[in-house]
Amino acid sequence: MINPDAIGRTFKGAEVTISQNEIDAFCAVLGEKDTSIAPPTFSIRISLDQSQAVLTSPEVGVNWDRIVHGDQKFEIHQPLKAGDVVRCDSTLEGYKQMAGNEFVTARSDLYVADKLVITNWSTLVVRA
Amino acid sequence: MIEVGTSLPERIFYVDRALLKQYADASGDQNPIHQNEEFAKSVGLPNVIAHGMLTMGLVGQYAADWAGGSAQVKEYSARFTKPVIVPAGEKVDLTVSATVGEVFPDGRVRLDLNATSAGVKVLGMARAIVVKHG
Repeated sequence: MINPDAIGRTFKGAEVTISQNEIDAFCAVLGEKDTSIAPPTFSIRISLDQSQAVLTSPEVGVNWDRIVHGDQKFEIHQPLKAGDVVRCDSTLEGYKQMAGNEFVTARSDLYVADKLVITNWSTLVVRA
Repeated sequence: MIEVGTSLPERIFYVDRALLKQYADASGDQNPIHQNEEFAKSVGLPNVIAHGMLTMGLVGQYAADWAGGSAQVKEYSARFTKPVIVPAGEKVDLTVSATVGEVFPDGRVRLDLNATSAGVKVLGMARAIVVKHG
């Protein structure tokens, strides 16, 4: 069970610097030749780490082994690029229970120099 | 001419175990269900499965390529309905196509994306909003 007090809370993330190597590796998997910016789904690399840290923290209490990725959405205002210093804040935005499973929607807001560049939403299913 | 109902050409991506390993390293998602057959079967999966975000990434690449590059993709969403199953030693297909679902007055285009593997639909409600370059 997710601690109900955690729903609606925002957890501030630490700043990470995007490297060209990370972008190159992601582009190589997808077959993208233009490595000047990160592909649209790259921010999952940052946000899912953050969501995992938040959800598995003692105050939220999710067992990550029981998590399945249900759905995912990205809104990209400005693509990430090498050298960007990104802060990712995660908000546990939605929660419901269905057939014994728990569904939690984590919204991740990614900021570069305090400007919102990407918002993404991950619905994570905690299997019963 | 891009209008509602316009069909985009189908494209097939191929997924194998090596690509899953490569994506695991690139994404940081080292969950063993994407690499270790014994583990995957122990948790009730038919075999090793692709990362949902790898599937979504490749389908996003299809949308980006059509639109003229990654920067043209403004919104992108999908539901992970069925996994892409990746047996050892095989290259499985990820077959992608799309139709134009909406053309907005400002020129943005909504692509309704279809993605199947071995004939099974793997993403639900997959939609990208793009600005087509040029």
